[in-house]
Amino acid sequence: MGAPQVPRPALRRDRSLWAALMIGVGVMAAVDEIIFHQVLAWHHFYDRSTGDIALLSDGLLHAAELFILVAGFFLLADTHRRGTYSRQVARAGLFLGLGGFQLFDGLINHKVLQLHQIRYGVDILPYDLIWNAVSLLLLGTGAVLAVRARRARPNA
Amino acid sequence: MHQHGGGFGLDALFALPLMLAIGCYVGAALRVRRTGQGWPMSRILLWAGGTAAAAAGFVGPLAARAYTDFTAHLLSHLLVGMLAPLLLVPAAPVTLALRSLPPVPARRLAHLLKSTPVRILSHPVTAGVLNVAPLWVLYATPAGAPMLDNPLVHLAVQLHFLVAGYLFTASIIGIDPSPHRAGFATRTAVLLLAAAGHASLSKYIYAHPPMGVPSAQAEAGGVLMYYGGDLIDLALVTVFCAQWYRQARPRSPGQGRPAARGIPRQGAGPP
Repeated sequence: MGAPQVPRPALRRDRSLWAALMIGVGVMAAVDEIIFHQVLAWHHFYDRSTGDIALLSDGLLHAAELFILVAGFFLLADTHRRGTYSRQVARAGLFLGLGGFQLFDGLINHKVLQLHQIRYGVDILPYDLIWNAVSLLLLGTGAVLAVRARRARPNA
Repeated sequence: MHQHGGGFGLDALFALPLMLAIGCYVGAALRVRRTGQGWPMSRILLWAGGTAAAAAGFVGPLAARAYTDFTAHLLSHLLVGMLAPLLLVPAAPVTLALRSLPPVPARRLAHLLKSTPVRILSHPVTAGVLNVAPLWVLYATPAGAPMLDNPLVHLAVQLHFLVAGYLFTASIIGIDPSPHRAGFATRTAVLLLAAAGHASLSKYIYAHPPMGVPSAQAEAGGVLMYYGGDLIDLALVTVFCAQWYRQARPRSPGQGRPAARGIPRQGAGPP
């Protein structure tokens, strides 16, 4: 708009970044739930190899994902009404969130906590490799966008 | 195997307090409207909907099945303990009571709200524990499931979930006067932990059927509890965040851009 450029905070303090990152995490978690659990039915609700403690942390993560998705939208709306919203920064945050969750899901949920695997009855290695490669691609995109957004800001 | 838990007479007995709840609310709302203060129709509908959701756990076909079918039992628990409070709390029954009661009882009610027991019970941590802990005792300990075979215990459990669910929902998104409402951070933490406890227990039930429950019923019930709980938690979180959004609004249009204009606006508070 025609308004004078407002000095922006450092990128890591930019609410646009964190709100969009929260949305990214929540969206990827929802995609995981809808595509892999419900549509493809590759993931299992519970695959009987999960320990009870892992079950508890799974519940906590699940609740956090749900909360983060909703809270992210409201936080982003808040930056908008305060006039601090930056589309460039938000886009970087979104990709960082998408890739971050995907990587977390691929390494921690699938491998460390052993909540469930990507697919059953197949050689899992290619699935794991593709899964985590996609997450790195998303994270890389987010990082590039973040660097560009930082260069573009008036008082970087 | 379906021996119904209550005959027609028993159903009527349970229906009475629920009809009374709707009758009193509508009566009070009409009374407030007559004084010209107004009472939104949406709240009346919310109250009616919440009462209906609660009723499904006590009377009718679902309640009868809940005695013998574990999946139906968990569905009735979702309706009574989660959906009903989600609808009843925004209907603001305490505000309605304070407005419609004569001055002396209204003052007594206001005093009661400030009393220590009410303050403790309506704190999110207490209300959250009252909700989640009995769930785990009932469904994840060997003592739990057989207790539900006793119709009286079953009834007490349903009542407990209605009251505890109401207290919990009110402590998170209540709009009724609450002299010591917990801050957003506390409420966020409790909401997260309660939702996590519910989701974990759903999977635990799926994985370890309670004693005497066929595994097919436990699995169907666990999945229903997980996704049903998700839907209601999603609504709860959305209302909660919307309340934060409203409260956190900038006090004046210029506040978000302190450097943009140097003119102080009337009514602008400290930054």
